[in-house]
Amino acid sequence: MNGILTIARLTLYEARQRRILLAMLLCGVTFVVLFAIGFYFIGKDVRGNASASFVQKQMLLNFFIMAGLYAINFMSIMTAVLMSVDTLSGEIGSGVMQTVAAKPIHRSAIVLGKWLAHALVLAGYLLLLSGGVLAVARSLSGVTPPNVVEGLAFIYLGGLVLLSLSVAGGARFSTITNGVVVFGLYGLAFVGGWIEQVGAMTGNAVTRQIGTIVSLLMPSDSMWRLAAWHLQPSFSRDLQMTPFFSGSVPSGAMVIWTVGYVAVTLVLGLWLFRRRGL
Amino acid sequence: MSDRVIETRGLRKQFGRKLAVADLSLSVGRGEVFGFLGPNGAGKTTSLKMLLGLVEPTAGTATVLGAPLGNRSIRARLGFLPEHFRFHDWLTGRELLRFHGELLGIRRAALDERIDRLLERVDLLDAAPRKLREYSKGMLQRIGLAQALLNDPEVVFLDEPTSGLDPLGRLLVRDIIRDLKARGTAVFLNSHLLGEVEATCDRVVFVKQGRAIRSLSLSAGGEDFEVELRFTPMSAELLEGLGRLGGSPAHYDGAVRLRVRSEESIPEIARWLVERGARIYRLESRRPSLESTFLEVMGQDQRPG
Repeated sequence: MNGILTIARLTLYEARQRRILLAMLLCGVTFVVLFAIGFYFIGKDVRGNASASFVQKQMLLNFFIMAGLYAINFMSIMTAVLMSVDTLSGEIGSGVMQTVAAKPIHRSAIVLGKWLAHALVLAGYLLLLSGGVLAVARSLSGVTPPNVVEGLAFIYLGGLVLLSLSVAGGARFSTITNGVVVFGLYGLAFVGGWIEQVGAMTGNAVTRQIGTIVSLLMPSDSMWRLAAWHLQPSFSRDLQMTPFFSGSVPSGAMVIWTVGYVAVTLVLGLWLFRRRGL
Repeated sequence: MSDRVIETRGLRKQFGRKLAVADLSLSVGRGEVFGFLGPNGAGKTTSLKMLLGLVEPTAGTATVLGAPLGNRSIRARLGFLPEHFRFHDWLTGRELLRFHGELLGIRRAALDERIDRLLERVDLLDAAPRKLREYSKGMLQRIGLAQALLNDPEVVFLDEPTSGLDPLGRLLVRDIIRDLKARGTAVFLNSHLLGEVEATCDRVVFVKQGRAIRSLSLSAGGEDFEVELRFTPMSAELLEGLGRLGGSPAHYDGAVRLRVRSEESIPEIARWLVERGARIYRLESRRPSLESTFLEVMGQDQRPG
């Protein structure tokens, strides 16, 4: 356990020293400020529109919040991969890993320590961005999406899928190969999600099944769909008119599958790293 | 307690179709300064990595401090400086040592005291608060050496420790190796620099294509003498005659070198040459240098890189 904490502390320190945390903070604040400006003017227009009903106004505001959260989901996934993609492969390639792994710590502590530190940074980033967006929405229009905790937890879980793949891949592949594979899987899930959606809308069982299989292979997109479903008020979901509407909502079993997926990916990473010659 | 700190038998490592280490059998005694010599690609670094548990052997057995390879608790009693010492360049020298000390499980109070002592030893006390990215290659090598000694190890593995060091840095490393020997620490030294090895090692093993092909004690001194001669005329007839008096003569920088068994052969060679009308300009005898032994063992086609 001490080894995990030592490696995690060093990884966090690295993120600070290499100004990764600063960059995330600045980008995050800029994002929230931009969102606030947009939300202010849109909110003003929406409220001033005498012909729109209360429900329509709420829907429009919620739509804009969902657009913000969609961007946050994308940014946290990108960040999860980019910050961790070279954490093992980079140190193996440069030889830094040799003196670390020659010390009396488990190799698995190195992998878990790095994963833990990145998972913490990701959580902080997600909280900063989503906290900012939700605070802006609440303070400017009094709107808060439902099920915030569940929604954010699913977005975070989607990020952890990517993070775990990227850390585990680094135990085996070079940085570039790892990045190509992880983003490739992400793209696969994205397209798979759309195939499933369209299949659900048109009632095509085959396309729906293809989408489900892709989601099992790479559950990141289904976590976003689950988050989006939770974060929208029931009248928005029922109208089925926004791009965030989910024709096929992933089940609770998918959540369990995703948690297991993260765990198995990590175990695979540990196994690969233990066998790796340094 | 065994007097052997490292013992390997038939150690082998294959990377795909490439054979890095064929069949390595060697042993290193407690407190011995052991030189591991061979040309580039002979499998020296891979052998060392196997001993440290960084690379898993394909076959063979080995023990380090009595435990099988890769034993985690034993690693707390080893020190290691890799060939190209690299570390996160955003750490300061002191932070680097603190991090490694923590990985070794050294308690904070003892660690700080030890770090100061080692920084002083490698002459980096002033540079300790500076980031590693500002260090020169020699400074990095020295902080790496301090890192390898944090735990007062029983065996220290040094892979080309003097590469990139200026003459003063090399002297420092030599001194540190002597200190380690005086304290009873065994040193496993991979090196190309034969002069360094000659100055510090008790014993060397020559490794070629992943096999230990010869062991040589440097502390005991060899039996043979090497004679270097410059004379005219260097005719084929005289060279052939010299071959009968000593080992086969070899041309070397305008001179001839040959091996003789006893010191008594030297005046005999001089007399024999003079009797045949040769004019001798130089005649020098010495114990054979490690370099000539290296070339002899490896063959002239294999020179240290």
